[in-house]
Amino acid sequence: MKQIKCDCGHVNPLGTVLCESCGKPIEENQHIDGNEGKKLLNMRYDGTARRSKTYTKSVVDRIWSFFSSVKVGVWLIVLALIASMIGTIFPQEMYIPANTPNRDPAVFYESQYGVLGLIYYQLGLHNLYSSWWYLLLIALIGVSLVICSLDRFVPLFRALRHQNPKKHQSFLSRQRLYSETESATDEELETVKKQLKKRRYNIKEKDGYLLAEKGRFSRWGPYVNHIGLIIILIAAILRSTPLFFMNEYVWVREGETEVLPGTNGEYYVENKDFIFETHDENDERFKDALSKEGMVASNYQTDVVVYKANRSIPGEEPELEPVVEDSIQMNKPLSFDGYDLIQSGYQLNEFSSMTFKIHETSDADEKSLGSFTVDLRNPQPEFDLGNGFKVVLDQFYPDYYLDDNGIPASETNFPRNPAFVFSVYSEDSEKPEVSFVGIGRNIDGTGENKYKLGIEDFEMHDVSGLTFKYDRSLPFFGIGAVIFMIGVIQGMYWQHRRIWIHKRKDGSLVMAAHTNKNWFGLKKDIETVTENTNIKMVEDQQELGEKDN
Amino acid sequence: MDLLSISSTALYTAFILYLIATFFFGATIKDKQTDNKKKGFSGKIAITLTIIGFLAQLVYFITRWISSGHAPVSNMFEFLTFLGMALVLGFIILYAYYKLSFLGLFALPIAMIIIAYASMFPTEISPLVPSLQSHWLYIHVTTVALGQGILGISFVVGLMYLIKEVDQTVRSKETTWLEIVMYILFVFIGFIVITTSFNFMNYNATFEYGQGSSAATTDYHLPAIAAPNGGTLVTEDVMKPWFETPAWFQGEDAGRKFNTLIWSVITGTVIYLITRLILRKRVGATIQPLLKNMKADLLDEIEYRSVAIGFPVFTLGGLIFASIWAEIAWGRFWGWDPKEVWALVTWLFFAAYLHLRLSRGWHGKKSAWLALVGFGIIMFNLIVVNLVLAGLHSYA
Ligand code: HEM
Repeated sequence: MKQIKCDCGHVNPLGTVLCESCGKPIEENQHIDGNEGKKLLNMRYDGTARRSKTYTKSVVDRIWSFFSSVKVGVWLIVLALIASMIGTIFPQEMYIPANTPNRDPAVFYESQYGVLGLIYYQLGLHNLYSSWWYLLLIALIGVSLVICSLDRFVPLFRALRHQNPKKHQSFLSRQRLYSETESATDEELETVKKQLKKRRYNIKEKDGYLLAEKGRFSRWGPYVNHIGLIIILIAAILRSTPLFFMNEYVWVREGETEVLPGTNGEYYVENKDFIFETHDENDERFKDALSKEGMVASNYQTDVVVYKANRSIPGEEPELEPVVEDSIQMNKPLSFDGYDLIQSGYQLNEFSSMTFKIHETSDADEKSLGSFTVDLRNPQPEFDLGNGFKVVLDQFYPDYYLDDNGIPASETNFPRNPAFVFSVYSEDSEKPEVSFVGIGRNIDGTGENKYKLGIEDFEMHDVSGLTFKYDRSLPFFGIGAVIFMIGVIQGMYWQHRRIWIHKRKDGSLVMAAHTNKNWFGLKKDIETVTENTNIKMVEDQQELGEKDN
Repeated sequence: MDLLSISSTALYTAFILYLIATFFFGATIKDKQTDNKKKGFSGKIAITLTIIGFLAQLVYFITRWISSGHAPVSNMFEFLTFLGMALVLGFIILYAYYKLSFLGLFALPIAMIIIAYASMFPTEISPLVPSLQSHWLYIHVTTVALGQGILGISFVVGLMYLIKEVDQTVRSKETTWLEIVMYILFVFIGFIVITTSFNFMNYNATFEYGQGSSAATTDYHLPAIAAPNGGTLVTEDVMKPWFETPAWFQGEDAGRKFNTLIWSVITGTVIYLITRLILRKRVGATIQPLLKNMKADLLDEIEYRSVAIGFPVFTLGGLIFASIWAEIAWGRFWGWDPKEVWALVTWLFFAAYLHLRLSRGWHGKKSAWLALVGFGIIMFNLIVVNLVLAGLHSYA
């Protein structure tokens, strides 16, 4: 490996921009940091040799250089940003409103948004965030993060760990903040040193050269936060495996017990009661708002018992043993044995059962000739009333409506608006009489029925929709987020400030300073430490104009 | 006086104090020295008034919290007011460090526009739906607003930078864009002016819309140019609508909001044109001389610093706390809801900004433009996402 020997005797690795020891610019390498012909040095990564800038021949080198470029990183970020925005133009498939007439995406987008919607759908943008190319984009950001961090971290770490306070004059004079003082006394230098220490600078000295440094750890901020991001990306990968993440949904009627899906029948949940509450309309505080908005819900709650199933023989009816009994509210999920149950939906006032009576059509008093009860969850096909009457359930529409062609149909499978077609068999006629009965409807099949059916009684229940899940990736996301936050705070709220001072034999003094951000703060520091001395305040050698070009 | 009227008086007081403080900050134009050393008398008064104003707004916040029983960050009015407050706080923090009186002359008016804009939304205390009943609501929303407020300072400073640095002697793309930004500020002012005027007159026009069981009415407080989609006017003796709001405007009361937007644009345009007519030059060109004593370099740095300070706060509130709450409330910490996506977009944008600042070519004007775009994204998330792309968060 070819190496570069500096005038000071230090041997630098190939690709070094500023001598690792004395900081003297290695002239033939200034182009690497885009610094040819510039007055000021590029202090990024202290001019250390980076793999990406040094080796650019082989395929591996090229890939490495590509991903370690901040420009590429920014492009990837910007692409992810634009893609994310596009995903919000129209609702994603999962957010197609529940009350839309046709929720089939093939129909929905075109019917709602016309041609643009159709294009959106056909490009697959209705599932953008799980599309292969979006995930690829995120993955590329991850790769870029890892490579760029390694590319810079290792050399920067070396450079900052072994800093030599003794710097070459051309290193000093080409810093952004620089001053030369004709003559300074030793006392003045001591004052400055004392002041620097007071401001918690670390001071290193060698051969009349002085380096005051503070906040170096903030330089590791970006690397720390990138590690946090990588952990988050890894957590996202873990979450896509069933070992780490499961998400199911159950509807449980009041009074019923359902098996919890995804547990191989190990757990059951009973809905003891679903509670729906609204804000009190007479509440003084909210009166104005409530009169405008109408009723506002205040609580969704399911009182549940979770059971664990004991089966002595596989396949046998299990014996249920209560594990927890608790109430689940929105924002108050129930956790047990690593699982969570979350209040996610509800359906009020479904019919559980309906009781009908038979009476003679002509009987004004509607005296009952017998009655039967239909269990709407599991309707029997036939009811023998015992006194010669038999009723057959021909049709059952749990959620009755008339479709576009005027034909009775059921909108959902939930018994919200049940309607029935019954055939009534009686002793006085061979042919059954057909009746259509629903809420507020009672239609005679022929108009000549002798017997009529009436709703005598009904029972209602609420249904609670519970999300049932585990997410074992959460701790990883949490750790990643914490590390990310530590990293950004470390990098953003502290700055790495360095001040180099050299008092020459002839009594003159040079001072140069550098920081990775917050130059204002650094200048303030220097102002304070040189107060009451004749040491000249540093001058800012960089005008914005230069940066702008 | 009950708590609620104390609360609104306090907000009003804060507003007036900010207004007076702005004038005092304006008086510091005379001060030659823009550095931290010598602070003029008017500068001291100005910052004192700002701080008192901020405290008054804090009184508003606390009393409203007490009287409603929940932190007042749960609807558009409350959230935007809080954002204005956060912007003022961001300004105070940066002022404490940089002692730059001039910043106040620009930051306070922006904060006032936001607060006035907020007051145009319904201000009643509304009860919380179950999903909002969580401490994480307060933690999340206040942190987000604080982050956005601090990031907002970068907008203010970036705007100052551009007004100062863009060459106004010739017409260029930059002067045009800068003027567009000024114009947008006028549209916000237009919104405030037109809404206040018609509110004052108690204007009302009711529409019925929707069909069958989901029929509803909506009250317009501005004359209807755009009727609700499928709506019919039921109030008599008021202006007939000119056309219907397109169906793809989502969310509650889309028609009314669209109508308000039209009015704001019209009023803003009129005020803008009148201003131009009086000034006889670009608004940017008019303000430019005020900034003559500022150091461009320092503005550039403050703009960057406010992003540096605001970014972690925004990340914490807008992504991390948001996720924690979403996990508790909905059982999924991230659901690609439009509001969430736009928080991500904001975050990615400022991440890109920070990375671009690492390279040399992206300081100065380019970075100032980015700061404007960044705040544009924040406002987009607040306004357009709420009004057009209805999601779980739809507030107003
Ligand atoms: C969304 C993803 C990312 C976020 C949130 C992020 C965040 C950050 C932050 C906050 C900083 C500190 C900036 C400063 O101190 O001003 C930083 C620095 C940096 N980032 Fe990223 N980053 C992301 C992706 C990337 C990618 C993909 C690359 C790859 C090229 C990259 C390369 C760098 C580099 C080279 C630095 C500077 C390190 C230094 O100053 O020593 N970042 N990043």
